[in-house]
Amino acid sequence: MYSKGLKPVSIATVVVVAIWLAMVFFYAPLDADQGFVQKIFYVHVPLAIVALCGFVAGGIFGLLHLRSRDRSYDMKSYVAIHMSIIFGCVVLITGAIWAKAAWGHWWVWDEPVLVSFLVVFLLYCVYYPLRFSIEDPDRQARYSSVFAIAAGAFVPINFAAVRMAESFTHPRVLSQTGGSMPGEMRLTFFVGILAVTLLFVTLWKFEMTSKNASMQLKRLRRRLEATA
Amino acid sequence: MPALPLDEAGKYVAGAYVTLFSFVVLYLSIMASKVARIERELTDLADLSERDKAPGETPDETRDGEPVG
Repeated sequence: MYSKGLKPVSIATVVVVAIWLAMVFFYAPLDADQGFVQKIFYVHVPLAIVALCGFVAGGIFGLLHLRSRDRSYDMKSYVAIHMSIIFGCVVLITGAIWAKAAWGHWWVWDEPVLVSFLVVFLLYCVYYPLRFSIEDPDRQARYSSVFAIAAGAFVPINFAAVRMAESFTHPRVLSQTGGSMPGEMRLTFFVGILAVTLLFVTLWKFEMTSKNASMQLKRLRRRLEATA
Repeated sequence: MPALPLDEAGKYVAGAYVTLFSFVVLYLSIMASKVARIERELTDLADLSERDKAPGETPDETRDGEPVG
């Protein structure tokens, strides 16, 4: 039963998202460098972090599927990757809007953070044709899990590679020295991460519930048609 | 980099947040259509199970002597 806990999580999401938006526009101070445009940071970066974590979660579920052969883990992996791709679309669009506002260009090809996220996003776009080109359900689940694990392992490696790159245009908000944000901005940013994480979990549970209901209906239909 | 004036920056900030909530609303509308499809299929299955009953068979509700309605 994936719908278990959906209602409290949904309510928590609405409350935290409302608090987050209020903090972004009424609590966090204006950035001295970028001014009002910096408000995009509070939606763009949490979405990117949660999307990348979702890809890694897809890999972990894929690993659990290969270990246990439990098909529910494959479904969890698929839905986590599906949600992360949707979040990834928003990350790319909000990133392009921020780039246009701050740098005057919709896309900057020599910026490692932007390009590395695009590489990860395009890598996961391969997941759909791979998954749906296989008809046998067991093979489909197995191959998809292998892809999810390999691509999921690539995400932290990619993140580390960007960190080790010399050129940094984006502000470092999670550095070991604490980054360069004042307290109000930092708090707003962390509330943003919590809000986007809750949004991800709510939509993930919603999708899982829907897919589970569809599968149970198909089972019921097969049984009824067999007895007819 | 100089700070952008608020009136020019506002459209970009609004664009970013509207993008997020547009995706959420689009996703929820797609999910709503899926839920509607599930409901239709459930109704079909209920009809199918009713048709499959033998003509002289007593309905489930009255079989155990439970009140109907």
